[in-house]
Amino acid sequence: MAILQAYLDNSATTRPSEGVIEAMAECMRKGFYNPSSLYAPAMESEQAMRRCRERIARALMVKPGEIFFTSGGTEANNLAILGSVAAMRGKGHLVVSSVEHPSVLQPFEALKAQGYKVSLIPVDEKGQIVWAELENILQDPPALVSCMQVNNETGAMPDLDRLIQCVRSASPQALIHVDGVQGFLRLPFDARKVDLYTLSSHKIHGPKGVGALYVKSGVRLVPRQMGGGQENAVRSGTENTPGIAGLMRAIEEMEAHTGRVQDLYALKGKFWALVQREAPEAVLNGPEIDQGAPHILNISFPGVRGEVMLHALEGVGVYCSTGSACSSKKRKLSPVLLNMGLDAGLAEGALRFSLSIHTTDEEIEYAAGQIGMLYAQLKRFRRR
Amino acid sequence: MRDVLLVRFGEVHLKGQNRPYFLRKLVSNVRRAVEDIGGHVWLADSRIYVSQAQDMAQCIERVCKVFGVHSVSPAVEMDKDYEAIAAQCVEMMRGKTGSFKVNARRSDKRFPMDSMVLQRELGGRILEAMPHLKVDVHKPDHVMSVEIRDFAYLYVDEVMGVGGMPMGTGGRAALLLSGGIDSPVAGWSIMKRGVQVQGIHFHSFPYTSERAKQKVLDLAAIMGEYAGNMLVHVVPFTEIQLAIHEKCPDELGTVLMRRYMMRIAQRLAQKNRCQALITGESIGQVASQTMEALVCTDQVVDMPVFRPLIGMDKLEIMDIARKIGTYETSIQPFEDCCTVFTPRHPCTKPKIEDLIQAEQALDSEALIQKAVEETQSVWVK
Repeated sequence: MAILQAYLDNSATTRPSEGVIEAMAECMRKGFYNPSSLYAPAMESEQAMRRCRERIARALMVKPGEIFFTSGGTEANNLAILGSVAAMRGKGHLVVSSVEHPSVLQPFEALKAQGYKVSLIPVDEKGQIVWAELENILQDPPALVSCMQVNNETGAMPDLDRLIQCVRSASPQALIHVDGVQGFLRLPFDARKVDLYTLSSHKIHGPKGVGALYVKSGVRLVPRQMGGGQENAVRSGTENTPGIAGLMRAIEEMEAHTGRVQDLYALKGKFWALVQREAPEAVLNGPEIDQGAPHILNISFPGVRGEVMLHALEGVGVYCSTGSACSSKKRKLSPVLLNMGLDAGLAEGALRFSLSIHTTDEEIEYAAGQIGMLYAQLKRFRRR
Repeated sequence: MRDVLLVRFGEVHLKGQNRPYFLRKLVSNVRRAVEDIGGHVWLADSRIYVSQAQDMAQCIERVCKVFGVHSVSPAVEMDKDYEAIAAQCVEMMRGKTGSFKVNARRSDKRFPMDSMVLQRELGGRILEAMPHLKVDVHKPDHVMSVEIRDFAYLYVDEVMGVGGMPMGTGGRAALLLSGGIDSPVAGWSIMKRGVQVQGIHFHSFPYTSERAKQKVLDLAAIMGEYAGNMLVHVVPFTEIQLAIHEKCPDELGTVLMRRYMMRIAQRLAQKNRCQALITGESIGQVASQTMEALVCTDQVVDMPVFRPLIGMDKLEIMDIARKIGTYETSIQPFEDCCTVFTPRHPCTKPKIEDLIQAEQALDSEALIQKAVEETQSVWVK
């Protein structure tokens, strides 16, 4: 058994803190009431939810009434896209970046099959929007534009301010959706400049099964899920109060670390420097260290398949992923990397390492050392 | 009156002096299959009976998977009272449409009506109650069976069992078990003949993952449903693969790998008192399964190697895999052999001399011994 462990897969999910676990247990022990019930203890459950809503709203600089809880990022993305398009008149032009998470791309594909015009915004090898192409696409004024805050596989951060400006000048009434699952609370975000924003709890040390969608007041959504009319009838279903209590605590803890963005960049820089020292052939995919998100690195090890390297690392207690965790069960190369123009050889050897505020120097050093050693062993065996 | 399951056995009938031995095994296997759902099992009248099972549907499913079982019928056991029997027949035929016949058998000759009379009278009662039914003694849609023994047994449906010979009557063999479609089918086919089959899986971490290993154990668990349980030996194989890759000609890689697998399998088989090896090979399916390649793999072992799929097409094998329930697990996309080691142009007509020469580059005995020593064995149920 490995003595040391390094969990470097924080973009797949994060470890819930003890505080989060305690908050959830407490909620189930004492605050288990249905927040819709009419007696006093249930009111307290409702109040706890309200406090979490306010906290999210404050982080995004929006109003609490604009935050709707969901079962997670996937549901929030689906609701944002399918719900807003269903509320539109006519079949407008839909625009989406080509490197989105499947929970964004697939709803757009479904809409395309229904006869909507869907345009994909291409990105360059650093994960940045190709502006000239965007101009062309926006010739036909869009009804909905969706682009992520931080790319889950490479950490690339498209220039959203510039994108918003382009979209608004091409079509003032277009809705803009931002998938903030990888960005929420890792980087500050003023959601007022967009219309829809997705966040997920388990990427910030909260529990799985909770997320939220910011919907700017005035934006109409047709619910995807009907029932008891919870969440202002936008998302029916008894609220996941323990999950929301956990999310609340996770946000509090994350915000206490807000000052650590620079530390995280430093850690990421250190990790890359160590990997380069141990394995000089390693190639950084996507943006430069300081241009991408502070917690995600995508590195290719030429000549060794990502999957093999991943399992070798797993053998010494270093955990990372190939592509995004949700897609690594599919036996194919990452479409995100291919869409960024990466050659197939590099895409095949790509691994994603993602850090968290709790990642330590020791973990980074241990992981880099193991990477160097294992790569040296594995690169000797290539398919001839 | 109570529900029982009537279990018929097939080939065991053909046994002569050894018949009691086969029957004892079969009864004990049926007993083991249903003991945790409360089933009470006994042998009488050249049949096996199961009573008191909590869940008849589950009981049928379990018993039909016991090798040696030809078919089963859920039956009603009752006292030999004609009026009650007639009423029960009508009850059991209710809701049926089309044609029927009554098939009666009277082993207890003290019962006043003989089988012909019983058939006629009971048929009449059924027709009276359900005039829309028709009698057809040649090709009926339903057969209402009535047997007069110590009790009366009534049944309509017959569910086919898996057939074969009772598990444990055919000796013991070791199956080279990959995560693919073929090897579980090969193992099952031999199991069906009453052979206790152990699995041998070659694991190439980090070229194959924990999930790939879990998949093999899942397959063994499905096979174990027929056998009661299954022992799987997991052999660490990476070192040998790397050595072959590094030191031997590329185009011989796959056949060399198979030869080492067979050698290790034979040692493990001997260690576990198995008398033969089983593989899922079928002539010409892939480069390592040409007749020339098979000759070369056989050359390294002296145990008999059973290849029940040798003359079958992939589609036929897939059909059996679906039938026995391993197909869905087999097609899960975790690789069981990494493409790094797959030669681009494998040799389809390897020569033994070339292989022996290639193997000189390796410290074969040490590699094999280490792999055997580091093998881990798990019981899967």
